[in-house]
Amino acid sequence: MARLLDVIREDLELTGTKEGCGEGECGACSVILNGKLVNSCLVPAVQAEGAELRTIEGVASDEQLHSVQESFLHCGGAQCGICTPGMVMAAVDLLKRCPHPDEAQIRDGLAGNLCRCTGYGKIVDSVAQAAERAIQVAEESRS
Amino acid sequence: MRGQVPGCTVHTPTTLIGALEILFAEKGAWRPLAGGTDLMVLFAAGVLPFSRFLNLWGLDELRGIETTSDSVSLGALTTYAEIRTHPLIAAELPNLVQSAWVTGAMAIQNRGTLAGNIANGSPAADTPPSLLAYGAEVQLQSLAGSRWVPYENFHTGYKQTVMLPEELITRIRVWRPKGDNFHFFRKVGTRKAQAISKVCLAAYARAEEGRVAEFRLGMGSVAPVPMRALTTEMLVQGQAIEELDGQFIAGAKLALMEDIRPIDDIRSTASYRRKVSANVLGQLLEEMVERFKRA
Ligand SMILES: Cc1cc2nc3c(=O)[nH]c(=O)nc-3n(C[C@H](O)[C@H](O)[C@H](O)COP(=O)(O)OP(=O)(O)OC[C@H]3O[C@@H](n4cnc5c(N)ncnc54)[C@H](O)[C@@H]3O)c2cc1C
Ligand code: FES
Ligand code: FES
Repeated sequence: MARLLDVIREDLELTGTKEGCGEGECGACSVILNGKLVNSCLVPAVQAEGAELRTIEGVASDEQLHSVQESFLHCGGAQCGICTPGMVMAAVDLLKRCPHPDEAQIRDGLAGNLCRCTGYGKIVDSVAQAAERAIQVAEESRS
Repeated sequence: MRGQVPGCTVHTPTTLIGALEILFAEKGAWRPLAGGTDLMVLFAAGVLPFSRFLNLWGLDELRGIETTSDSVSLGALTTYAEIRTHPLIAAELPNLVQSAWVTGAMAIQNRGTLAGNIANGSPAADTPPSLLAYGAEVQLQSLAGSRWVPYENFHTGYKQTVMLPEELITRIRVWRPKGDNFHFFRKVGTRKAQAISKVCLAAYARAEEGRVAEFRLGMGSVAPVPMRALTTEMLVQGQAIEELDGQFIAGAKLALMEDIRPIDDIRSTASYRRKVSANVLGQLLEEMVERFKRA
């Protein structure tokens, strides 16, 4: 039974999505399937047939980074980077469900993603900054 | 590719009847597969003793939360995320929402299902205490027909259930609370997210004319199966709220320590589980008294 993660990395050769634990604990393999954040290591590939799949490769548009990616760069939210694709996917999912999260909501949204480098502080800052930027951009476009 | 095991078959029926026919024709040969959050972990580790999976994920007949004036019926494939965001469940059956909140993290909550959580049969699962507190019922269906089983009779032993190999869980039904009621849920684990419970406790109570007219206490991780603490329930049920004082609560805590049958394992010890269960019960009863006196 192939896992969605195997199809993404081996067949589609999209290696931005990482395998950490392979058992749903670390979130390195997070992708957005039919609009929902999932651990691709736990999704049987057959259950993704015909579905809409968004991986880390589809987060930036052309040369323009997503605001979450920008703020990870700006705040130092990535160190070794192995958790980063999953963190970014979880953050993108959170900001869609909850555009103005407080710190507790950010921590809840990222609770399934482990990082061994940053101590999480700068990751939380990155997501908070991405949310603020989105608000600014919306206000600027309105005025 | 750790997930690639030769000789594994996945069949995807397009209707519930189609699924039941396969289970009936080859009894015990097919393993139902829902969100996969329990099965895929074991599968990738290569420790699953079966290789034929019946993929239920596409069966819309097993989805949806339906409400009537008396009950809420949750399709077998209802996910934690769906429970978390359902306004009527949040308003009337808050323990279920709490159970969903504390289960894994978002990515697990988008895939894990209610039926999967109970069929898996873990004594440490987090929806069973709430289902027990609410007196839930489980609908089991096979080609031969369907039956409703009180959830408290569903588990017969460690990882064993009354479900026959040709049956599927189709729905889980909970009655909508009436009158003046109180709800309590508490999971004790090593960290807030992604931790397996050391103790999980859910309670539902209803007051009538100054007495506790109904009291149910569901517990997880304190016995080989999720269990109701029946002796403790009987002690509290029928009591005048005025009489639920410190001395009474101390007695109830002792009763609960006798009610449960915890073990030592990698997550905790039996004596810690007894002590924590009793302390959480104490907190629960104090909150309940305060809440009912306010009404
Ligand atoms: C990282 C992680 C964290 C987790 N945290 C928690 C937690 O905090 N609390 C908790 O309780 N659980 C937790 N779990 C366990 C798991 O997510 C739940 O038990 C989940 O509800 C299982 O549902 P599923 O649909 O994914 O089941 P599956 O894995 O698809 O199936 C589980 C079992 O149920 C059977 N089954 C499924 N549907 C049916 C049906 N309709 N009829 C008959 N049998 C059926 C399957 O045959 C299998 O035996 C966690 C899992 C992971 C990987
Ligand atoms: S690799 Fe999927 S959650 Fe860790
Ligand atoms: S940056 Fe290294 S694990 Fe998160």
